Amino acid sequence: MNMQETDTLSKTQVSARNVNVFYGEKQALHNITLDVKRNKVTSFIGPSGCGKTTFLKCINRMNDLIDICRIEGDILIDGQDIYDKNVDVVALRAHVGMVFQKPNPFPKSIFENVAYGMKIHNMTKSKSELEDRVEDSLRRAALWDEVKDRLDQPGTGLSGGQQQRLCIARTIAVQPRVILMDEPASALDPIATAKVEELIHELRENFTIIIVTHSMQQAARVSQHTAFFHLGELVEYGKTNTIFTNPIDERTQNYITGRIG
Amino acid sequence: MTNIFTEISPALRRRHAAETRFMWFGRIAIFIAIGFLVVMIGSIAWIGSGALKQTQVELSVFIDPQEISADAIADADYSKLVKSALRSRFPEVKKRRDKKNLYGLVSYDAAYTLRDKVVADPDLIGQTVNIWFVASDDLDMLIKGNLTITGDEKMRRFDDKQLGWVESLKQEDAIETRFNRAFFTSGDSREPELAGILGAFVGTALTLLVCFCLSFPVGILAAIYLEEFARKNRWNDLIEVNINNLAAVPSIVFGLLGLAVFLNAFGLPRSSPLVGGLVLALMTLPTMIIAARAALRAVPPSIREAALGIGATRIQTVFHHVAPLALPGMLTGAIVGMARALGETAPLLMIGMVAFIVDIPNSILQPATALPVQIFLWADSPERAFLEKTSAAIIVLILFLILMNLVAILLRNKFSQRF
Repeated sequence: MNMQETDTLSKTQVSARNVNVFYGEKQALHNITLDVKRNKVTSFIGPSGCGKTTFLKCINRMNDLIDICRIEGDILIDGQDIYDKNVDVVALRAHVGMVFQKPNPFPKSIFENVAYGMKIHNMTKSKSELEDRVEDSLRRAALWDEVKDRLDQPGTGLSGGQQQRLCIARTIAVQPRVILMDEPASALDPIATAKVEELIHELRENFTIIIVTHSMQQAARVSQHTAFFHLGELVEYGKTNTIFTNPIDERTQNYITGRIG
Repeated sequence: MTNIFTEISPALRRRHAAETRFMWFGRIAIFIAIGFLVVMIGSIAWIGSGALKQTQVELSVFIDPQEISADAIADADYSKLVKSALRSRFPEVKKRRDKKNLYGLVSYDAAYTLRDKVVADPDLIGQTVNIWFVASDDLDMLIKGNLTITGDEKMRRFDDKQLGWVESLKQEDAIETRFNRAFFTSGDSREPELAGILGAFVGTALTLLVCFCLSFPVGILAAIYLEEFARKNRWNDLIEVNINNLAAVPSIVFGLLGLAVFLNAFGLPRSSPLVGGLVLALMTLPTMIIAARAALRAVPPSIREAALGIGATRIQTVFHHVAPLALPGMLTGAIVGMARALGETAPLLMIGMVAFIVDIPNSILQPATALPVQIFLWADSPERAFLEKTSAAIIVLILFLILMNLVAILLRNKFSQRF
């Protein structure tokens, strides 16, 4: 292995090779090949139904839950094929966290929401360690100051933006390598969105983040790399700056200028 | 200029009228429903309240030492003592037929009452004591005013001579109606004045316990498997159709099944709450599964995604997050199912729970009867006095139902308060 390959490997966290996804007879993704860089924010953009969420869900195998979904090709995380038959999806999902479009805290207390993942993965040895880790996760999700006095209250009682940050705290508490975000700010108001975007920016230091978004401004603000999907194909993938200022493909050009989508 | 907000067009007036009309239809419907309910419950309660009272007769009995041997106190002929007490109270009665009528004033249970007294206190032997005895059902009915005492003497239960005896006892305050404890503490009897509800009550409680312990966990686990784990394919559809069909099968068919399988093939004890509970569990299961599946389906999928997304296994997802949210709905299904099981008579007839059983069951393997079957049995009995017993048993059944639902509702509220 020469120097250049080692370098590429260490920089690449998630790599997809010729991924095809079918829902029954219908093909949702065509031959997707792309490499997501470590500790960077990568955004997937494209019109509705272009397959960006489908592809996102392939990365933590949430598509396994859909009986009719079939996936071909390879997805590697840190060089390991996650569709290998020996891979345990539960272990995989502990390493690849996910934040959903609609905030979905558990109908339990704020503390329980964050502690749950650590509890099921036996990540802490004592109660005090658990409490420390909950606090740490809430701080990193920029939520601690708002909720520190009411940790025993239901997470569903928070505002939408707080709920979403709680979901992010819950995800980072189990210390995943990759965090997948499926339009995390689409149900939030502009102020809450700004907070979540700021948070994404900070989390980049420790996590590789892949974010699906409908807002091109958001993609431009938070991500370093952008992939444009159209009709199940990966049209263009590169540095965010390049995609938005100097797209190669005509379809990308049309989408970012608002002519399609 | 006309105000557009106060000017009412004919079309708008018609729309308002339709609304008012509909509201009144609804109110009338509810009023009719409540009216029927009040009439039904009211008449049952009115008739049944009679069973709470029981007429008693006081007699002074000479406990003749010659009739009782000291070493076998319990074996003496106490009914003879009661009869002689009645004869000495009414010395004018001489004819055989009249004597028979006279003895009929007190229940045949009087001899046992006397025996128990003497066995408990042998010093009474040789004394004359005043004892209250349970009146016979005919006397009881007479005192409660349920018998005709006018018209042709031959067509009445009490002729004028008998009425004279009763009148004379009344004047001495030797007839009283007291709270009928026996109704709540004893089992069934051929004599209405002795028949109690406890045997059927315990039988029902044991049967429902068996039914619940089987059908609730099995129903919920089946629902969880079908809804959360099973692949959605043709087999799943087939199972669903079959469950829905089973829920509509007439209950007597389950009784026949129980007779063939549990009694004849497995040889389980006939008439027992165990078999009754098994049969009712089979009958309740489809209802429980359908309700539990609906409750699970109502849990938002985002909760499942959230749990799976941070690496919970499917079991953890279901038992930590989905099932607790679905539990109130599942309990509602359980209430409906158990209420249906409580009122069910037909399948119990097939497995022998319709037998005449005097003893109060103390295990699920002993012969027992159930409240609805008891009602059926009493309603079938010719004695006039069973009428009020039947109504009282219906009240007990309804109270049991209310109690059961109350517990379930409290449980449901407790669980649904968790955020």
